[in-house]
Amino acid sequence: MWERLMEIIRKEFRQTFREPRMRTMLFLPPIIQLLVFGYAVNLDVGHSSMAWMDQDRTPQSRELLAAFEGSGRFDIRATPANDSEVQALLDANKVDMVVRVLPGFQRDIERGRSTAVQILINGTNSNTASIVSGYASSIVANFAGQAMQVQNRNLLTARMAPAPVHPGVPQLNLQSRAWFNPDLLSRNYFVPGIVVNIIMQITLMLTAMAIVREKEIGTMEQLMVTPIRPIELMLGKTLPFALVGLVDTALVIMVALLLFHVPFRGSVLLLFACAILFLMTTLGAGLFISTISRTQQQAMMTTFLFFQPFFLLSGFAFPIRNMPQSIQYLTLLDPLRYFIEIVRGLFLKGTGVAVLWPQMLALAIFGIVILSLSAMRFRKRLD
Amino acid sequence: MSWRRLKTVAKKELLHIVRDVRSLTLALALPMVMLLLFGYALTLDVDRIPTYIYDQDRTPQSRELIDQFRGSTYFQILGAVNGYRPAELAMDKSAILLDIVVPRDYARRLLAGQEADVQLLIDGSDSNTASIALGYAQAVIQTYAAQLRSDAQVRKGGQPLRVPVDPRIRVWYNSDLKSKNFIVPGLIAVTMMIIASMLSSLTIAREWENGTMEQLLSTPVRPRELVLGKLLAYFALGITDMLICVIVGVFIFQVPLRGSVWFLFFTSCLFLFGALSWGIFISATARTQLLAFQMGMLSSFLPGYLLSGFIYSIQNMPKVIQAVSALVPARYFVIILNGIFLKGVGLRVLWGEVSMLVVYAGLVFVAASRKMRQKVA
Repeated sequence: MWERLMEIIRKEFRQTFREPRMRTMLFLPPIIQLLVFGYAVNLDVGHSSMAWMDQDRTPQSRELLAAFEGSGRFDIRATPANDSEVQALLDANKVDMVVRVLPGFQRDIERGRSTAVQILINGTNSNTASIVSGYASSIVANFAGQAMQVQNRNLLTARMAPAPVHPGVPQLNLQSRAWFNPDLLSRNYFVPGIVVNIIMQITLMLTAMAIVREKEIGTMEQLMVTPIRPIELMLGKTLPFALVGLVDTALVIMVALLLFHVPFRGSVLLLFACAILFLMTTLGAGLFISTISRTQQQAMMTTFLFFQPFFLLSGFAFPIRNMPQSIQYLTLLDPLRYFIEIVRGLFLKGTGVAVLWPQMLALAIFGIVILSLSAMRFRKRLD
Repeated sequence: MSWRRLKTVAKKELLHIVRDVRSLTLALALPMVMLLLFGYALTLDVDRIPTYIYDQDRTPQSRELIDQFRGSTYFQILGAVNGYRPAELAMDKSAILLDIVVPRDYARRLLAGQEADVQLLIDGSDSNTASIALGYAQAVIQTYAAQLRSDAQVRKGGQPLRVPVDPRIRVWYNSDLKSKNFIVPGLIAVTMMIIASMLSSLTIAREWENGTMEQLLSTPVRPRELVLGKLLAYFALGITDMLICVIVGVFIFQVPLRGSVWFLFFTSCLFLFGALSWGIFISATARTQLLAFQMGMLSSFLPGYLLSGFIYSIQNMPKVIQAVSALVPARYFVIILNGIFLKGVGLRVLWGEVSMLVVYAGLVFVAASRKMRQKVA
């Protein structure tokens, strides 16, 4: 048995690595995915472009402008003079936000009246919009706080206030600290998830397609007339891709640590142990898909249809917390969810088995159930 | 170029598509599944942030501060803790995102008219949620602080202070800031990318792999007719998918369609033509389906998903990646779709993006037929 198994594995490796382009395609996509995710997938709103429309043109309004410029969050790209220019800027996506200071801004502040600053936000991307509006209102609120102090001081010194004014007014200070990812980089959040994505893609898709290919080209019959037993064929078809998946994982983690300086606070051994638990699920699913597909295109489409929802519901990009309650229960059936929680815990939080055991248990159960069901089905198909 | 041969190739390819019921069902179901997921389940909008309170002060003042958070729908207070340790544990398990700590001398300092601190500890792993949550918390504190100061003045018999400037924020185009409104139009682009990269990229590689290419070559069909014929068949599939997306988006998810339907149709055809040509180009290059699939994922699905500005905004990317994204046709299509759906603008604003699509489609189609001719020769 051992000998035959080795033969199949050898054949599979040779078949996969024979073609130079295929060799590249096994190891290049993970790296490219990592680079794209690391550099491009960024929900942080670093610099937003804004337009400034000043209809007051006074020292006060210029001070507000300085507050926006000095925040380091906004680049002033345009200074529209009228409403139609504002409309054009927002229509063409030139700016994320337009701040408009109405005439009489300074006068109102000096007289202690309330005045408004109009802020128009391009809501096309709701995520950027809510971050930008948060920044903008906090800049204006700071400006208002300072103006309030000045107002208070002026009233004190002028001694002509209609009622007494007191110097000691309380102030609230917000001190916030972000744990695990103090600079709030989305890279640190996404890169660990890519490891999961890559293991999933390499093992699930390649396994399913490699088996179906034999069927499609008709070489499966040839394999079946050899003394190879189904279990050996199954192992021989899955182990090489499991190995490729693990090598890719190591590769991606190395690049992530060296290039992106993503923190890794947990144990590498635990990560690989969990990866192997997770592999049982993906290889099992790959086998299962191969039993229900006749052509590679079918295999691919089926894989994709399963993979996509599992991936989207895993919490990789969209937090599970935000989903409707019923869908949140549904995500409990998503093995990816548990693996992503494990990987994020290991990378960012440095948690260990004490915290992660429920997820590991879930992965083990999924793996054993899926793998044994698929193996049974695979054998029946061959017999 | 003969119409008869072209039609025959298209018909043969359509037969392939229709006969493979499962692939066809999947090709039509995939956009629906994606739309339903994105429309119902997936959102980046942040609310009900699970929060713990650690009130060291336990005074009426500190309770009033906490009530400010309790009153906001953005925060969901899950409980009060005594000490940092329980909050740390809960954060490790991702049970909470935020821990609000009120220091021991909070009320004393407030009553003395000094600066009082409020500490926020937040789980930063999901940086996006964290920064939005911090923004909300900041807004709650700032509003409350202004009120406190004014109250303090009044209590001491002074005149109330007025907040001199107050921001009036108005959001255009997507005024309730629903992420589905910008995701659904972008999803149309992504779905088409998938159809193009997954279906058309396999079509010629399959003929090579199964050996039927030789049979095709022995017929009088020319490379360009073969490319165009296969393209037409998948074009029909792609346009059906697009119609499904638009109908589901507009009627089920109530995404506003403010622009011209014809302009939408025209630009979609243009985009689809380019994307399919690219799939066929890959297919002509790769001789096995596995390789074609990998190349398709890498060159059209991934960039279509990540570099198109569909979810992740392009202007935040580093300059190099921005330059790369200029080569991704989906990027222009996403801008066009957002323009048509949310802003109701037409060719007058979008001519730049439309001409990029025209250039792309033309170049890739020529490249695909040339590659095909090379391979055949």
